[in-house]
Amino acid sequence: MAFVTANWNPLGEAFYRKTELYEMGWNLKDGLRDCLLAAAPYGGPIGKHFWKKYTLCSTLPMSFFSPPFFSTTLYSKESHWKSGVVRQLGWTVCDDLLCIQEDGTVLIYDLFGSFKRHFSMGNEVGQSQVVEAKVFHSPYGTGVAIVTGASRFTLATNIDDLKLRRLPEVPGLQGAPTCWAVLTQDRQSKVLVANGGDLFILDYTACTAVNPPGLSPQASSIVHMCVSFSYKYLALFTDSGHVWMGSANLKEKLSEVETKVRNPPKQMAWCRRPKSRQPSVVIMWDRHLLVVGEGKDTISYHLEDDSILVPEMDGVRIINGTNHELLQEVPASCEEIFKIASMAPGALLLEAHKEYEVNVAYGINMLPQNYMDKSIGTAAHCLHPHHTEMSDRHQHISAASFGKCFLSNFPPELFVIMCRDLRVLNAVRDYTVGIPLTHTQFKQMTVQVLIDRLVYRKLYPLAIEICRYLKTPEYQGVSRVLKHWACCKVQQKEESDEVIARTISLKLGEAAGISYSEIATKAYECGRTELAIKLLEFEPRSGEQVPLLLKMKRSQLALSKAIESGDTDLVYTVVTYLKNEMNRGDFFMTLRNQPVALSLYRQFCKHQEQDTLKDLFNQDDDHQELGNFYVKASYKEKRLEARVAHLQSAVDEYNKAKNEFAAKTTEEEMRLLRFQKKLEEEKGESLVGFSLHDTLRTLLAVGLHKHAEQLYKDFKVPDKRFWWLKLTALAEKEDWEELEKFAKSKKSPIGYLPFVEVCVKHHNKYEAKKYVSRVTPEQKVKAHLAVGDMEGAADAAIERRNEGEISTILSRCSPTTDRALVERLNRAKSTAAKK
Amino acid sequence: MYVIQAAAVRGRCAGCLMAQSGRRDAPELPDFSLLKRLARDQLIYLLEQQHEVDKLYKVELKPIVSTADQLCFLIRPRIQTVKWISDVVNLDKAAGRLRRYKIIFTPQKFYACEAVLEEQGVFGDVTCDEWAFYLLPLDDDIISLELPEFFRENFLEGDQRWVGAAGGALRLIHSLYGPFSKVYGIGQCAKMVYESWREQVEDGEQKTQQPEIGNVFLIDRDVDFITPLCSQVVYEGLVDDIFRIKCGSVEFGPEVTSSDKSIKVMLNSQDKVFNEIRNEHFSNVFGFLSQKARNLQTAYDKRRGMDIQQMKAFVSEELKGLKQEHRLLSLHIGASECIMKKKTKQDFQELLKTEHSLLEGFEVRECVSFIEEHINRQISMIDSLRLLCLLSLTENGLLPKDYRSLKAQYLQSYGIEHLLTFSNLKQMGLLVEQQPGETLTVMESKVGKLVNDKTAGKLTDAFSSLAKKSNFRALSKRLVLIPKSGEEYDLRVPRDMAYIFSGAYVPLSCKLIEQVLERDGWTGLEEITRMLNGHEFAVSGGANGTESRIKADSQRIVLVMFLGGCTYSEISALRFLGRERGYKFIVVTTAITNSGRLLEALLDNHP
Repeated sequence: MAFVTANWNPLGEAFYRKTELYEMGWNLKDGLRDCLLAAAPYGGPIGKHFWKKYTLCSTLPMSFFSPPFFSTTLYSKESHWKSGVVRQLGWTVCDDLLCIQEDGTVLIYDLFGSFKRHFSMGNEVGQSQVVEAKVFHSPYGTGVAIVTGASRFTLATNIDDLKLRRLPEVPGLQGAPTCWAVLTQDRQSKVLVANGGDLFILDYTACTAVNPPGLSPQASSIVHMCVSFSYKYLALFTDSGHVWMGSANLKEKLSEVETKVRNPPKQMAWCRRPKSRQPSVVIMWDRHLLVVGEGKDTISYHLEDDSILVPEMDGVRIINGTNHELLQEVPASCEEIFKIASMAPGALLLEAHKEYEVNVAYGINMLPQNYMDKSIGTAAHCLHPHHTEMSDRHQHISAASFGKCFLSNFPPELFVIMCRDLRVLNAVRDYTVGIPLTHTQFKQMTVQVLIDRLVYRKLYPLAIEICRYLKTPEYQGVSRVLKHWACCKVQQKEESDEVIARTISLKLGEAAGISYSEIATKAYECGRTELAIKLLEFEPRSGEQVPLLLKMKRSQLALSKAIESGDTDLVYTVVTYLKNEMNRGDFFMTLRNQPVALSLYRQFCKHQEQDTLKDLFNQDDDHQELGNFYVKASYKEKRLEARVAHLQSAVDEYNKAKNEFAAKTTEEEMRLLRFQKKLEEEKGESLVGFSLHDTLRTLLAVGLHKHAEQLYKDFKVPDKRFWWLKLTALAEKEDWEELEKFAKSKKSPIGYLPFVEVCVKHHNKYEAKKYVSRVTPEQKVKAHLAVGDMEGAADAAIERRNEGEISTILSRCSPTTDRALVERLNRAKSTAAKK
Repeated sequence: MYVIQAAAVRGRCAGCLMAQSGRRDAPELPDFSLLKRLARDQLIYLLEQQHEVDKLYKVELKPIVSTADQLCFLIRPRIQTVKWISDVVNLDKAAGRLRRYKIIFTPQKFYACEAVLEEQGVFGDVTCDEWAFYLLPLDDDIISLELPEFFRENFLEGDQRWVGAAGGALRLIHSLYGPFSKVYGIGQCAKMVYESWREQVEDGEQKTQQPEIGNVFLIDRDVDFITPLCSQVVYEGLVDDIFRIKCGSVEFGPEVTSSDKSIKVMLNSQDKVFNEIRNEHFSNVFGFLSQKARNLQTAYDKRRGMDIQQMKAFVSEELKGLKQEHRLLSLHIGASECIMKKKTKQDFQELLKTEHSLLEGFEVRECVSFIEEHINRQISMIDSLRLLCLLSLTENGLLPKDYRSLKAQYLQSYGIEHLLTFSNLKQMGLLVEQQPGETLTVMESKVGKLVNDKTAGKLTDAFSSLAKKSNFRALSKRLVLIPKSGEEYDLRVPRDMAYIFSGAYVPLSCKLIEQVLERDGWTGLEEITRMLNGHEFAVSGGANGTESRIKADSQRIVLVMFLGGCTYSEISALRFLGRERGYKFIVVTTAITNSGRLLEALLDNHP
């Protein structure tokens, strides 16, 4: 316990400590001299590039070390550098290494040193060369900024969605600027440039001169600058040896410290944890490290070796040839516990627990009397882990667990979650994994990201263990890891397709939410089509299989899978694809075997491609449909000849389809059309397109009885229809004379009740009555009622002794006016009922 | 716009007229206004926030006259509409106008639509978006997908593109009101929708919650074509048949409002007058309305003899409600009178009589001549078709002679274009010719049955159905769809669902639902499902089945999904069934349909 505070150094109100994380395992002759080195934040990997100034174009050995300690073989890859001169290294958020070359090309390698892709920072760079480059991270991903020999800046905010921005010129800048940094403000990436004593902010459109408030007047030039991890704060180092600290928007000054060192530092980094009490910056010269804060005090460390600083959100990592250290501010809660003679509850609890382990009774007594009342949060306080050393964590947890026993209402979740987190952190900090995360960083970057990073390192078992341990939902935890594993597995060229497919299906079988199609896509990308098809077999959702199958040119299979999926949209996608890929004959043949696809395509053709539709039917010898097609086509035509021609084709097709009925009807239609046309020309009545019924009605209405008769005979119109038509037509014209003649012409096939009714409808009861006598006995009652002849109706009904009819009449009689009739009907009704 | 649901109103009106026979313990329905709010918020977000739309127009497939420099179309993914939009864009291009175009497809975008845009050369000019709007609650217990094209595309054209949308709708309901403990279904489409839904559920996240809907029943429209083809005689159905209800609201013309204006009325349970008569047989409606009018008068009359204080209270509390009720009452009386005028004509009575004869299989020859006359007199294009289909469905096809002559006469009346309509109807099995060979196969299957069925009763049963050789006959016999004739059927006190067709016929679709719920599955209905071409299924909700059994209330809430549309009569029948058995039915349908809409969807007489 006494040693905990041994490496604490006071600075202003806070303490700073430097702790060793790992001993470096790399074997360097010259330390880090002549090396380019980059390390990713959040305990990320370190990349290194040897640099021999004399041999610019020859092979340069290059090596990646990650993680950087004893056992290095796991991740290291040494290869000969064959490309151009590398200016800068950097890591992306996905743990890929960026090598920015002098000519503006950026090469991307994965964690294992295999080349992924490259892109260029613009053509104009080639001439003027990259002088300096920086890799930065923003909410939009990983970005790259360069400055060329022509003093122009180019910026790409997200290398995965490359959009190059050439920033405006900086006035008066010749050659490289003294120093510069990338800022992310107002959802835009900007560059802050210092040219001697002048400071400019460059955004996409403008270059604005700015002035840091309260910069000491002795300074004539800004020689170094750094931005904090959160892009909130800025530190400037001037040639007068002053360090200016302030907000990144240059509106506020936090402090200014004189370092008394005038030569420009090698590196500078913010060392400030969230919510910390004071701003502090770490400045590094060749062998000297300085921590400056608000006051005049500084902490100074001596460095054994060339080092680099890696800013983190809650501290700075220091890496050199032999060591990997973490420098950070000691948090307040930790300070409380370990400060000499601290009486904070946490400190007491820890002390009590220590005694308890030696002597049970004494330990419990040592707890202050009011422990339980006062500090529910004590245990939690003690648990708060980010301030504790690895070696001490165990002690703290048992102390917390000990203290928890005395609290009745302490929620156990906090304790459990904390213990879990710590276990995970310990696991990933292990030298075989090498991710030295602090708890703050872990909380900030979330479990998901941690899992991702383990996956990038191909530490699948550990990732799965962590997912299970933290009970991450399967589809974002275990399944995701397994998918990555499988994607990696398919790239193993030495194993046969069968073996890989089997291994994968065995491992993945149970897991939920696995997309076999994604794995298959990967396999296909690696040129293993057969394996991809095998893997697709495991994909339960047939819809997912389709896009890849298409890509692999297995269009037939894709079509049947699409149909299986029941997603017509997908079927349609394949159909369109097939249409463009195949010749027409094959395409139709394919469709023929897939009725669902065929019907879909027909739908489309109906609206878009009438001719294709015809071809389709032709191909299938579907004469019935062809007939229908021509009929449809016919009534789109305006011209009679064209119409008739279409109908003739329809007739031919119907005949081929042995549909005599349709053929005959169509032929009649052609005849009708010609008849209509002829009549139209002769009489000027517009008739073309009418149905037979409508034609007849029109003819009768205008009095062309002869022509109507002719139609009636020619088209074998049923008598009933003709009679109805003529009857209505005559009544409409109120041509009662003609109607009477018509009624007498021969026996009506529709009876005479319609005559009565039609007359009544046109309010001519007089005419109606003429026909009542001719109505059949069954309908007589109705006829009488229609003309309003109650007596007559009653007579007819009584004669027929029909109870129902009598009742109908009764319901129409009013008891007051037709009393006699009602009585008579009632009497008849009772006699009828008796029968 | 949207309807706020008031539990109190619902409770009071639940069983107004038929309360005497209904069970009072029917559970409360889940609150579907959530769906409306959800959809509305989404749309507002989409239109205002995303696209800054400031004016809305109806898509009318006409050239657009607008000075706006950007146009946003909210459309169904129909090829025709997309083509129209392409034309608009191309027209603008030709005129040198620069505009931005945005198409929002609802509920989803189809690749075919994009293909059209591409072919018309405007793919680059428009941007597309989707609005996943699936469910429109029309009432407390009716939710519509508003996809009238579902019927034609799925059943006639074999295009299953809407299956996914129906599955999506089910998933939405499931995620909001599920989990369901049991899913029943019949029909090929039902099965596909079920599978699509399962797939979507598996893909997404699952959360556990209190189940509000216990059972789900999926049914294809082609399982029962007879019911929607019958004339509706229940008030709500009649209003739909005559005035056409659109999205739960109807426009009453001048003949109803007895003024020179048309009035648009929302028809749902909020309309207290309507709510009490909607499920009633039309013959009862007038009696009820006049009773209501008297009650209203009495309520007005209370004013007499009031002192100032009382009068003040009356005006502030009751008068508004009374006035509202008065307005609605006069509208419904107007509508009823209008219906009366149309429906009490002799024609209609004979039409009904023919329908009933067809259903009973009684005096079929007379029905044929009635239909013939109906066609010859060119009374109504749709009604004639409807009768033809009913004849074919009930008789298992038309005699070859009738088939030819009736078709020929129909074509004479309405034109040769209907050759295509007949071809469609034939494809759907709605209007077919009796196959001479069929008697033999039916006989064979019957004889096969005879060997198995030992009881004498079943023997005669098989013989009688053999004589009539029609699936509908056999079905109606087995399920007792046609009540015994001769008995008086008191339409005021209905005793079964047949009341919705004046006691002549129990709707097959609803009867199936009743039977399956009663038997908790399809066991014992094997013969029937065979006659309906099978595709039946019953699936339990899985692990949480036991748990949800405890929550008995949700068990008695049944969601019925009609794929291809359902009629208001069917909804009335289900409401009746619910009151009788203590269920609450929620009807989800691809669209509200009736005989007119159903047949119009199958016409092919216009280019």
